Amino acid sequence: MSTNTESWGSRVGLVLAMAGNAVGFGNFLRFPVQAVQNGGGAFIIPYLISFLLLGLPLIMIEWSTGRFGGQFGHHSTPFIMDAMGKRRLWKYVGVFGIFSNIAIASYYCYIESWTMSYIYHSLMGTFNGMDQHEVAGFFTNYLDITTSTTGIPYEALVFFLLCLALNTWILSRGLSGGVESVAKIGVPMLIVFGLFLAYRGITLKAGTNGAVFDGTVGLNFLWTPDYSSLSNPKVWLAAAGQIFFTLSVGMGSIQCYASYINKRDDIALNAMSAGWMNEFVEVVLGSAIIIPISIGYLGVDKVVELSGIGGLGLGFRTMPFLFQQWGPILSAIAGMSFFGLLFFAGITSSLAMGTPGMGFLMDEFNWSRKNAALGFGVIILILGLPTILFFNQGVFDEYDYWGGTVSLVVFALLESILFSWVFGLKKGWREINMGADIKIPLVYRFIIKFITPIMLIVVFFGSLVRPVNDDWTGQKIGNWEFHNESIIGQLKHQGIGPNKLWFADAFYSENTGIVDSTFLLRKKYYISVSNKLADGSVSSQNYRYMPSKHTLSIKPGDEVGKGDILFTGKMINKVFYIDMARLLLMSLFVFIAVLVYIAWRKNHQPQKTP
Amino acid sequence: MNTSALILMITVQVSVTALAAWFFYRVLVAKPMAEPDSYSENDDVER
Repeated sequence: MSTNTESWGSRVGLVLAMAGNAVGFGNFLRFPVQAVQNGGGAFIIPYLISFLLLGLPLIMIEWSTGRFGGQFGHHSTPFIMDAMGKRRLWKYVGVFGIFSNIAIASYYCYIESWTMSYIYHSLMGTFNGMDQHEVAGFFTNYLDITTSTTGIPYEALVFFLLCLALNTWILSRGLSGGVESVAKIGVPMLIVFGLFLAYRGITLKAGTNGAVFDGTVGLNFLWTPDYSSLSNPKVWLAAAGQIFFTLSVGMGSIQCYASYINKRDDIALNAMSAGWMNEFVEVVLGSAIIIPISIGYLGVDKVVELSGIGGLGLGFRTMPFLFQQWGPILSAIAGMSFFGLLFFAGITSSLAMGTPGMGFLMDEFNWSRKNAALGFGVIILILGLPTILFFNQGVFDEYDYWGGTVSLVVFALLESILFSWVFGLKKGWREINMGADIKIPLVYRFIIKFITPIMLIVVFFGSLVRPVNDDWTGQKIGNWEFHNESIIGQLKHQGIGPNKLWFADAFYSENTGIVDSTFLLRKKYYISVSNKLADGSVSSQNYRYMPSKHTLSIKPGDEVGKGDILFTGKMINKVFYIDMARLLLMSLFVFIAVLVYIAWRKNHQPQKTP
Repeated sequence: MNTSALILMITVQVSVTALAAWFFYRVLVAKPMAEPDSYSENDDVER
């Protein structure tokens, strides 16, 4: 008998929790960067079309499958999918719905802990008087856990542990007492903070507080439509990818939340409300903060260049410096608002990531809620530590790529096929509309059955074979060059460069240029190799070495080519950490699959055998 | 801002805000289902 007697406190609380699940860092950090990298206004139209044809159908599928599974007492995707499909295979597909949540939470809690730390530093005035380089350097220092910015040793680790303890404690209080209560405070608070910052962004005037351009210059860049982009596959793939991140579809957390809904209660209106609330936060608030403020101070070209370091870089390396231009009091308020909204966006999502695994343990192994929450905390601690300790070795990025990107697309594709073609759209449509307070347009029957799975197949294959430079027309089938970020490119370690061995006796330069210096920074030694580009700018890469273990093979002023030896001695290359991260993630998937098998043997096989 | 950017921004932002507000309003005013429903806070409320 399952110990799981959870329920939602109120309908508004459920909608806010679902919206909080969807609203995350991506709304404020990833969306604007994706928009900038894909031509501003060129991105918006494919994005909105993807929301209507991919996002909304997947939301409906996940809400209805969750509620369907809940009728059989299942609150996690393995057995929700088992209840829908007759083949045993489906419950192992459902493993993705626990795996993704754990893998994502392992690095997501770390980002969440940065926001806690940055709220503290904004209020304490740590960034006051720092120039842009120093603010960016502060973030680099913070990620190096051996460096303390507050005097607290291992500060990044301490904030991570605090954040994880907070998540675990809230989860132990249950759905209505914990998750829902936080959503009822967090979602309105992040909207209030977002409105304040959006107002500041839109009304930014050139010449005041050091701004060079009006905030509307950024808005102009973002919203000027470019209809030629509609024929660019890169923009479509980016737009569809953003829809996955922003709606938290393909993860299994929506199904888990929906599984606590009675079969007679509405899901159609709830799903629409949560989905559109997320879009409000992303399209209205998310577009009006980072871009107008950063372009107002730095200009379009600089922001396009900075977007190359990603939304996290822009948010944590640049925004605190820009807020400083508003004076000490307003910058403290702005910093608290910005990192506060990120914190609330983060915690309402990370709590959602905890519930599927907890639901599984409570349903199938009769764990108490407190033990299940503690179990979640322990596993996130074990899996999260490598992302903190080996952040610079690429472990964090591996979790994000495989757990937070590829898994979502694969799971969403398979669940849409299961829903429309195995479970059957006739039954599926009845599930969506059962108890509905609104009428879903009939055209969605067609979209869910054909358009959404086709779009998902396109997105998956687009990610699998993404060509170098995103040049889809200039490639030949027999001589296809993969992008480093494509799934095949990643599997082939294409972006690794010449240091391909786990353990080596020599380190090879990963770029071509001139050794312009060897230097000591924060007690660490580096070699800098710089290259002057055709446009006059300089591209530099720093390589860390240890004088006690390594012997330099170069001296300042030497010209080096990619693959030339920089230093010799025993070393562990980045590829080792990357492969270990992949192995860890694979082990996690297999471990969950084994637990699913044990649970199935324990609880389900006797009933199914005549 | 140029005219086309202004038109696109206002159209999209007003539409998204209106739809988000409308659906949330519908949730707020929706009549509760007869017990037993999915929500525990109204379990003691007489209808």
